[in-house]
Amino acid sequence: MKKVFLTGNEAIARGAYEYGVTFASAYPGTPSTEILENIAKYSEIYSEWAPNEKVALEAAAGASMAGARAIVSMKHVGLNVAADPLFTLAYTGVNGGLVIVSADDPGMHSSQNEQDNRNFAPFAKIPMLEPSDSQEAKDLVGEALKISEMFDTPVLFRTTTRISHSRGVVQIGERQQADIKPYEKNPEKFSMIPGFARKRRLILKERLKALEEYSEKFPYNRVEWGKSYEVGIITSGISYQYVKEVFGDEVSVLKLTMTFPLPKKLIAGFVSRVKEVYVVEELDPYLENQIRAMGFKVRGKELIPEIGELSAEIIREALKGEKVTPAFKQYTSVPPRPPVLCPGCPHRGVFYVLKKMKAVVTSDIGCYSLGVLPPLESIDSILCMGASISMGHGFKKAFEINGKDATVITVIGDSTFLHSGITSLMDAVYNRSNTINIIVDNSITAMTGHQHHPGTGYNIKAEPAPAVSIEAICRAIGVENVSVVDSYDLKAVKDAVKKALEYKEGPSVIITRRACALLKGKGPKGLYTISEEKCRRCRMCLRLGCPAIQVRGDVIFINPINCVGCAVCVQVCPFGAIEKAGDE
Amino acid sequence: MMTVKSIFISGVGGQGNILAGKVITTALVNQGYDVKMSEVHGMAQRGGSVITQIRYGERVYSPLIEKGGADVLLAFEKLEAVRYIEYLSPEGTLIVNDLELPPASVLTGKAEYPPDIIERLKSEVKNTIVVDAVNIARECGEVRAQNMVLVGVLARVMDWSKQSFMEVIKEVVPVRFAQINIDAFNRGWELHG
Repeated sequence: MKKVFLTGNEAIARGAYEYGVTFASAYPGTPSTEILENIAKYSEIYSEWAPNEKVALEAAAGASMAGARAIVSMKHVGLNVAADPLFTLAYTGVNGGLVIVSADDPGMHSSQNEQDNRNFAPFAKIPMLEPSDSQEAKDLVGEALKISEMFDTPVLFRTTTRISHSRGVVQIGERQQADIKPYEKNPEKFSMIPGFARKRRLILKERLKALEEYSEKFPYNRVEWGKSYEVGIITSGISYQYVKEVFGDEVSVLKLTMTFPLPKKLIAGFVSRVKEVYVVEELDPYLENQIRAMGFKVRGKELIPEIGELSAEIIREALKGEKVTPAFKQYTSVPPRPPVLCPGCPHRGVFYVLKKMKAVVTSDIGCYSLGVLPPLESIDSILCMGASISMGHGFKKAFEINGKDATVITVIGDSTFLHSGITSLMDAVYNRSNTINIIVDNSITAMTGHQHHPGTGYNIKAEPAPAVSIEAICRAIGVENVSVVDSYDLKAVKDAVKKALEYKEGPSVIITRRACALLKGKGPKGLYTISEEKCRRCRMCLRLGCPAIQVRGDVIFINPINCVGCAVCVQVCPFGAIEKAGDE
Repeated sequence: MMTVKSIFISGVGGQGNILAGKVITTALVNQGYDVKMSEVHGMAQRGGSVITQIRYGERVYSPLIEKGGADVLLAFEKLEAVRYIEYLSPEGTLIVNDLELPPASVLTGKAEYPPDIIERLKSEVKNTIVVDAVNIARECGEVRAQNMVLVGVLARVMDWSKQSFMEVIKEVVPVRFAQINIDAFNRGWELHG
């Protein structure tokens, strides 16, 4: 067997390959994105980007019912979007094995909230597996598919950022061919009208009972007896690694991998043999609450934080009372280095215009969320994918009810618009909203690393695909005032907004279009410089927050290494001090 | 049993830190170690602070390095050295690229880039190696090869097999840049014997 060094995401993709998956779908979202990107490299698996997670899961459900082994992956908040089909899939069950990966983000490295998706398993009544490193991530895809087919259920496969984006040594094997299972029409199983669903509800209960028995014997749920029986620790996922890091074999550990349904007898046996039991888990007291409900006395969240990512240090301090005092201290003032809109980012000029509008701006999830930070600071709200347009509609209606005449502008990206913005826009049209909706179209899913979507004209393998026309969609759902402008042309953006302000017959849509500056061959070309003679140090150009425009002492200059030549700054300078300095 | 060794790499998005991590870990995996590595992804793709943590030994559990636990802090930029200096162990070695990349708050004049970083680091950390990786890489023919200069220094400090790195660089780096990167690695290797 060959040993390779894989991230958890790459290992899951490898698992999909080795265990005979033939259908895969996803919508990109950190930290889950690379699962499908790596699956797409295998020609044996049909793979596709879906416009959103609900669609991805529904497509995978169809493939599974047809008899194929299928996998669908998403970030934690993506499972909220897919929750609707998920809960009923628990009733219908599957045909070919169906694995649903939820990649959670404790610590919110790149997410709008922190949620513990282990809670979805008992809520949706489906079994759940949690890998604790890359090797397990690969192996457990096979176990999940087996469980899915054996018990006729979708399986939740829950990772966290530190599993998804950490690398470990993985033994890989050959692909096992899983033949497509025969499909037989069976509406009582697959068509959930109330009469059929009530019967399936009982089957669901029986299935969970059987799964609990399986969990007792599942070899990945295991006790590692330590040197002492004084302390026992129950843990799962990445927390298992931190526990072993801190304690090695000093204490006894119950490592849980199938964390729904839980193996009650195994837990009871472990608890009865050790003197004191701790539950070490990241985020919610998920295991702790269930184990307490079994009637056992354990300690958990009274010692281990329920907010943010865990680490060996936190566990060491909480359970051993050993506080780490680093030899070297960080300086008191280290300027932060947060992410910024890239040089040449087409969104920058749009936010510059919006800042001057004195409007309420509801935004969405994507690179353009950074427009909330200084110096652009033009955003009032960011909630979830697709919410900008509907929230703007709500703002506008509430203002109108109260006799207030305020301008409401919504901002949404192209990928996000196709994900879940269309239905929001329909609502605005249908209910006669007077909002201005700006679709900042950089023609890619940029923030997660340039994934294609139904509007780009390419599929996941970068093969040509039919491209959805965003402007045609807007018109088709009834938006009459639709305009398309160049994001780099500040006057055109401004004029389009002004024109939209005059239009009172319903929502307006302005599509500001320019390819992401980082897209190979599509970004702008050229180089600009600030004439020291003409510059009056008014600092207007600094309000753009472009990383290429820098200050040293009294001098403002453009760093030629960063400038890509978008020329937005040229339009902002009142003294014509910014000049072209080259073509590359 | 060999104790686990930890390498903490800090830098700025776009400097080639992830590739450096890939070269180091591939070499370590090829030498038969258990290796774990943790990278930061997502919003910090461009211009943000980027860290890579590598741990290797006979059996590695946590992919994360604890504060005061890094045998080496390899900083691709000065400010990113002080930002993560807490992670360096008291006996650890600091390898720092003598390069200043001001973050957005400094560029717009809202914050000050701390002066005399190198002097302060040298006075605090006994084992400090300052590398002018940008100029060395430029001499090798490509400023972007600064990451390989720094990997070369690290490999010498850790006493790793030079030959294994030659093979890995050829394997990981695109063919037309392989020689430049090998040169850059060698220049780093020779810097501190």
